[in-house]
Amino acid sequence: MRALTGWIGGHPVLAFLVVFAVFPFLVPYKALATQVLIYGLFALGFNLLYGYTGLLSFGHAAYWGLGAYGTGIALAKLQVGSLWLALLAGPALAVVGGVVIGFLCLRRRGIYFAMLTLAFAQLLYFVGFHLADVTGGDDGLRGISVPPLVLPGVRIPLDTSLAFYYFAFALVALAVAGLKRILDSPFGAVLQAIRENSDRAVACGYDATRVKHLSFVFSALFAGLAGALDALRLNVVPIESLYWSTSGQVVIMTLLGGAGTFFGPFVGAATWLVLEDRLAVFTESWPLVVGAIFMAFVLFLPKGIWGTLLARLEGAAR
Amino acid sequence: MADLTLATLAAQVFTGLVLGMILVLLAIGLSLIFGLMTVVNFAHGSLYMLGAYFGFFLVAYTKSFWLALVVAPMLVGVFGLLVERFLVRRLYGRSIDDPLLLTFGLSLVLVEAVRLVWGKIGLTLDPPPALAGVVNLGFTYFPLYRLFVIGVTVVVLVALLLFLEKTNVGLIIRAGSRDPVMVRALGFDLGRVWLLVFGIGTALAGLAGILAGPMRGVYAEMGVTIVIESFVVVVVGGMGSLPGAIVAGLVIGQVVSLTTLFAPKFAEIMVFIVMALVLLVRPSGLFGEAGLME
Amino acid sequence: MHRRSFLVTGTAAAAGLAFPAVLRAQGGDAIKIGFPGPTTGPFGALAKDQQQGAVVAMEEINAKGGVLGRKLEVLFRDDQLKPAVGAQRTKELIENEKCEFIVGGLAAHVQMAINEQTKKAGKLFISVSQSDEISAKPDAGPLTFHEALNPTITGRAVAAWIAQNLGKKWWIVYADYAWGKQNNAVFSEVVKKQGGTVLGATPYPLGNAEFSAHLPKIVAAKPEVLIAVTPGADDIAFLKQAASFGLKKEMKIAQPLHWLPYLKEGGPDLYADIYAGINFSWQLEDSIPEAKNYVSLYRKKYNEPPGDYGAYAYSAIHEVARGIALAKAVNSDAVAAALIANPAYNHYKGKQWWRACDRKSFQDLWIVKGRDRSKMKGEWDFLDIVQKVAASEELDRTCKEKGFA
Repeated sequence: MRALTGWIGGHPVLAFLVVFAVFPFLVPYKALATQVLIYGLFALGFNLLYGYTGLLSFGHAAYWGLGAYGTGIALAKLQVGSLWLALLAGPALAVVGGVVIGFLCLRRRGIYFAMLTLAFAQLLYFVGFHLADVTGGDDGLRGISVPPLVLPGVRIPLDTSLAFYYFAFALVALAVAGLKRILDSPFGAVLQAIRENSDRAVACGYDATRVKHLSFVFSALFAGLAGALDALRLNVVPIESLYWSTSGQVVIMTLLGGAGTFFGPFVGAATWLVLEDRLAVFTESWPLVVGAIFMAFVLFLPKGIWGTLLARLEGAAR
Repeated sequence: MADLTLATLAAQVFTGLVLGMILVLLAIGLSLIFGLMTVVNFAHGSLYMLGAYFGFFLVAYTKSFWLALVVAPMLVGVFGLLVERFLVRRLYGRSIDDPLLLTFGLSLVLVEAVRLVWGKIGLTLDPPPALAGVVNLGFTYFPLYRLFVIGVTVVVLVALLLFLEKTNVGLIIRAGSRDPVMVRALGFDLGRVWLLVFGIGTALAGLAGILAGPMRGVYAEMGVTIVIESFVVVVVGGMGSLPGAIVAGLVIGQVVSLTTLFAPKFAEIMVFIVMALVLLVRPSGLFGEAGLME
Repeated sequence: MHRRSFLVTGTAAAAGLAFPAVLRAQGGDAIKIGFPGPTTGPFGALAKDQQQGAVVAMEEINAKGGVLGRKLEVLFRDDQLKPAVGAQRTKELIENEKCEFIVGGLAAHVQMAINEQTKKAGKLFISVSQSDEISAKPDAGPLTFHEALNPTITGRAVAAWIAQNLGKKWWIVYADYAWGKQNNAVFSEVVKKQGGTVLGATPYPLGNAEFSAHLPKIVAAKPEVLIAVTPGADDIAFLKQAASFGLKKEMKIAQPLHWLPYLKEGGPDLYADIYAGINFSWQLEDSIPEAKNYVSLYRKKYNEPPGDYGAYAYSAIHEVARGIALAKAVNSDAVAAALIANPAYNHYKGKQWWRACDRKSFQDLWIVKGRDRSKMKGEWDFLDIVQKVAASEELDRTCKEKGFA
């Protein structure tokens, strides 16, 4: 078990590939696996900013939503026929959002930074709500049909649950590999230095604001990709994608799994979504149970599920 | 808008005052708890809701709104004491985000528990007959109950400020809000003070709830959006600053009320715009101190 | 006998006895209908009514032997009033539980998200709550049926009656989202057609229960009727605040719909003399035999009378059963075709029928009014039935207007 966790810790990308390649067959139904994958990516992006850079954002729904609406509008309103183009549009829009909002919010720190991110997300929600001709307003953006995947020489329709899962899996795997690359780079090291002590990092000569901003943008990119995939998965973009409840959800998933760990976000997303899915079948008052479990985790497993597991095993190894 | 008269404007200002008072009660509680303990209490909205529910049942059993008005906040305060002692205190020394998450989980549990115990249908809390009428203020007729809300809040605020300014405990609380590390270094047993602060803060939320009940109805989800507005108020005023909470609460109350008059679509987003503008100009809110929660 | 072996044998025997029951409960042969609804959240009471209505229908059908020799099983899921969750639950019901039919959805935006999933999977979906879009292009699919009333029908019926009976100078307060805006548009259109005027219209953000800002303005304008398009908890808050500002004495108040859980929550003092439309009220048991049947079944099981939205669910489940029986197949396409070929039905309040182009159910509705406390004959006797508005395709948009050729 220790060896396994150690191996997973040492080869996260490979571990991700192995686990998620068979994940659809481990859960009750395939659509749940896709949901875990996509929300896991969202949490992964959030975790880059929070767990690794130390910046708590209350407004991450903005980038998820921008990604979703970008791709959704491309397909539903602009009638873009190409899946790749549509898939590019969402994350691109999210990145723009990340650049602008990050620039404005990073002028402040701590809870003030967090509340500013919330304010901008709510602003986007307001805009999305009222620009009903473009976004569908509070009815949501409908009419998103997923074009088939076109690769050199082959055309793969994505209408079955399993086909879509593996399509999303491929993209998320790329994102995961990308994240590993970021974290392993010198940039990644500076990120974590900033999380530990921002002022000291500055004293060492790093431009903390620029680094934070870049981290913010990467985080927005991952969240945007996740949102775009979800638009394709649901064939709708609900207005709630931009609401603070979505921001709250990703915070919870990340913390449940273990912030600052590589797999924490996926573990958290899986736990939360599976609990929500299965518990609701048994009891109407499932928020009570989930809330209580959540409180228990915070009280007794502060590092989150995965974080605690890693820490226990590291501790035992010494 | 062409028929906007001074009377309508004045009526709107009064309405904003009432809204501001509720926000002030909530924001003070949040700010006190945050200022002293750096705990972001997400359950504040649920405690507000509990105040309304307790108020309803107290009125039902005792037939006295006045009694309920005094006892319901106390019950919520006692609940707050228990939460601090047995839940929040365990998180002392850990990351600042942990109490935030814990109270978030608590809010989920409380809302659902209330629905389970007291049903999914909301309850009707009526103001006492003595307060049920309207008063001619000259420029408009205004519900007497709302004037009462303003009055009660002012009285409570005065009492609170006297407590903080004139008593020793108040002194420790104020000092602890300014510089918790120093106060601890000076050897004070902050544990008791925390209990008290949490109790007072949550009692204020409960008071806000029972005051709001007759105006808005009593239902399990009533705290969900107002908690966000309260946070905005606290941030605008400056985390940990009581004068800030009061000023910001009144300001935001007016902002919402006047926006509702002139541009109703924007009423909800305006609070966030105001907050963003304030923060861009004053990094720690209107009266906040740099260094807290950063 | 040795105690342990007694226990073991006893347990095995019990298990053996239970086994057939387990099989039956698992419904190896049951026809499954998925039913997402917002059991958690502010509309929980309405969702509960719908669940209960569905259960009454299911048990009524199963008591008569089910359909095609198989029992019906309705699986309820919580959609949390969120489209993304509703869509996910629908996926789960279809993929995991293998439901062939979906009934449900309370909020319009959730219905549409559910509908996207049922369209994708080729499953029949009967929507049981208000929405103008669900039965129109581009949302409606060949398997999308709409059992409930929509803002257009309700609005036209209620607005016309109000203009003819209560007054022609209106002020409309409406929640600034799809349902609110649709009602505002329909009400405004109708009153103008009837020769009336809209003195003013006040949008407010949904869920923002602070109306006192608007009320002095309304009093000053002196409308004859105040139309409150304020759903859910907003309705209670609005009526409370309006009453506290003395509006009830100055003008009549009306709203598009009444909902029984909110009537209970607000109480007769709040709702007295407030006019509205409604699809069903349990008091109809006195005049309509099908209503009497539904109300008595519901009352027997749940010790309280059925509400309004629950009746939609009751009817929809019955329609699924009727479609299966007609089609002699448990298949969405066949059932849909069968329902269109035999569009008329009557499960709880009188004749209803499916319009072929948009699969919209046309049905009677009633104008009702909050009853004075002193006249109530029981704790649920909140409404005076004022007038019936007979089912008519004129009340809804035409097929062409909805995008069907």
